Amino acid sequence: MRTGARTIVWSAALTVLLGAVVVVSAAIGPVSLDYANVAKATVNTLAVPASAGLSVSSVSLPLLPVSVPVPGFDVGYVHPFSLAVPETDQRIVGKLRLPRIALAGAVGFALASAGTVMQGFFRNPMADPSIIGVSSGAAVGAVAALALPGVVPIGPRWAAFAGALATAFLVYAIATEDGRTPVATLLLAGVAVQTLLGAVVSYLLVLSGDQLREAMYWLMGNLHASTWSDVEFALPVAVLGFAALSAFAQDLNVLLLGEEDATHLGVEVERTKRLLLALSSLVTAAAVAVAGVIGFVGLVVPHMMRLLVGPDHRILLPTSALAGASFLVTADTLARSGPAEVPVGIVTAAIGAPFFLFLLRRREVSAL
Amino acid sequence: MIDIESVRVSLGGAEVLSGVSASVERGSFVGLVGPNGAGKTTLLRTVSAALTPDSGRVLVDGDDVHALSSKAASRRVAVVPQETHLSFSFDVETVVEMGRHPYRSRFGRKTDADRDAVAKAMERTAVARFADRSIEGISGGERQRVLLARALAQDAPVLLLDEPTASLDVNHQVETLELVTDLVADGKTAVAAIHDLDLAARYCDELLLITDGDLLAAGPPVQVLSESRLADAFDTNAVVSRDGTTGSVSVTALADRPDADGTVHVVGGGETGARVLDALRSAGFGRTAGPLPEGDAAAETARVQGVDLLTSSPFDPIDGEMIDALADRVAAADVTVLADPVVTPGNRDVLSVVRDARTLVVVETRPFEERNHAGEGAREAYESLRRGATVVTEDDVTAAVRELRRTVTAESA
Repeated sequence: MRTGARTIVWSAALTVLLGAVVVVSAAIGPVSLDYANVAKATVNTLAVPASAGLSVSSVSLPLLPVSVPVPGFDVGYVHPFSLAVPETDQRIVGKLRLPRIALAGAVGFALASAGTVMQGFFRNPMADPSIIGVSSGAAVGAVAALALPGVVPIGPRWAAFAGALATAFLVYAIATEDGRTPVATLLLAGVAVQTLLGAVVSYLLVLSGDQLREAMYWLMGNLHASTWSDVEFALPVAVLGFAALSAFAQDLNVLLLGEEDATHLGVEVERTKRLLLALSSLVTAAAVAVAGVIGFVGLVVPHMMRLLVGPDHRILLPTSALAGASFLVTADTLARSGPAEVPVGIVTAAIGAPFFLFLLRRREVSAL
Repeated sequence: MIDIESVRVSLGGAEVLSGVSASVERGSFVGLVGPNGAGKTTLLRTVSAALTPDSGRVLVDGDDVHALSSKAASRRVAVVPQETHLSFSFDVETVVEMGRHPYRSRFGRKTDADRDAVAKAMERTAVARFADRSIEGISGGERQRVLLARALAQDAPVLLLDEPTASLDVNHQVETLELVTDLVADGKTAVAAIHDLDLAARYCDELLLITDGDLLAAGPPVQVLSESRLADAFDTNAVVSRDGTTGSVSVTALADRPDADGTVHVVGGGETGARVLDALRSAGFGRTAGPLPEGDAAAETARVQGVDLLTSSPFDPIDGEMIDALADRVAAADVTVLADPVVTPGNRDVLSVVRDARTLVVVETRPFEERNHAGEGAREAYESLRRGATVVTEDDVTAAVRELRRTVTAESA
């Protein structure tokens, strides 16, 4: 199986690259550490979920004298490795640096997977995960939660997640008529809704007062306050979403031939489109909710990988996802290791845009 | 194999097909012909279940295609699109493999059946030698074959082709249609929208002529492609003639039909008679013809062109009634043309009628001895008739008729 073997080789290589990037990144920081110790500490930090339980906590609603029970997952982890590492090193790597690196990896993985699917789905090289308004919706949710904490009862993470999914659904509903969703309509509806939500975000920023700085930071995309709980939120969605999207790799290939051809080749086009949209919106929403709006990862990484491995989604999707993880870990390392920390969104855009222009000049993108 | 039952389809609010019913036999090659915008492609898309009709249904092998899942439908009907959108450059083999999509499970690996079908399809369409090339890096003709290979890999009994020859040069057009004909001979049922009426007539077993969303005629090409129907359907002057080389009908559209006055009666059949009728037709003369035996090449031409024809039975002598009818036609005609006649004891009376024609053109391609089966008397009659006539070769017949026609007009003035 030609494609299968190539997929395995490429994925293995990119996984090794990701491991190397993670270790190098974890060694870089205010305290510089020995690579060997960092590698061991990283291995020690690896955890396997071993037990899971439900817990219920109660949240009181604003303005109402009622508490609402909210279910939560408690997951117990087992750390299978305990290599000998100085305790300080282990603490710096495991508690301070790795949460952020892991989150960057999860977010990059999620955005690149969703970007690959969106580009194939829209048959448009300009498509990225935010194209149907997921990012703008997340921005409205997060900024509202930050600016109006008394009105929005949930934290920015959940508010962003909810805003993202609600917007994706709204755009889908607007573009759908008689069970058919033409991708051109979807694209235009997405652009219009994005513009509208942009206005809402601007207005909320005007209202935000003291919270302006934090809101701006969120909007630029950043990973500076990452915790393991963010990782626990984003990584499972990213991985499960990716697995579900992978099941449609062959359908995505056929969809590239056009929807009518795809119908003739046995793809239930509308149903597949609906599923792909829902899954990639979910994956994007989880990433954006924890990291804010990070542009260009979902756009540039799939293009880069397409040049390297070709357009077949069976190989393109896993390699893009892995490359996206490495890309964002690298970008975030740059973002935090300069003289002053900058939001990672600035770095990805600053690397991504020139690279994209380079591709454009080489006509690699226009040939797509 | 395919039953189309009063299918009505609207696109963007406008009715494109207004109740079309037709059926396609298993193992036949059916061409959809008709002017642009008549609804050929829409009909194909309805049969392939890409479009859902407002009313009516399409049965493929007894099943309503619109009730089947895409997967089930695509195992029965394979479509060769006119052009495919390939926004990303797959290699040829990957595109052909996509034909196996209806058979693959979501996580399943390629089976031997998949590999086999792909290899066979690529061999059949001769695309195997550029299997590794990018679909964007091959010519239009090669791309067409790749799409055909993809459809073959689908292993469906019905093949629908939308303008399979539209973007091809003449050599590839013939190659593609030959291939489809071979596939039909192997048991597939093919329906193709074909622009070129000549090609459609040559390769298809049956034609469906569609105009303005209606089925105007259905049947074998020689029946469907009559001049009056084509005039109705295409709103143009077309000349339908029998093609001597392939035996099918050929259609020539004339931008503006020259309209010479006068009628010409043509006696004599065979290929020469047919060509004389064609030539006079192109020049715009009204024509009558006969007597000609049924099944004769010239009689066929006369029939498709709607020429007033005296038909005799092949083996009986020409009777007195026929001679009288002939005399009437000859008297009514401005010019009579005797086209390379074969004289037999049964038809030699024709010569005496023709001799009385006002003006006579004799077309000769073979020496009279080869054509005379009625003895010395017939030869004398022919010689005397020939002396009073303008004798020409096939190529000069129109010029000669025109010339004589001018003299006749001058005399009567």
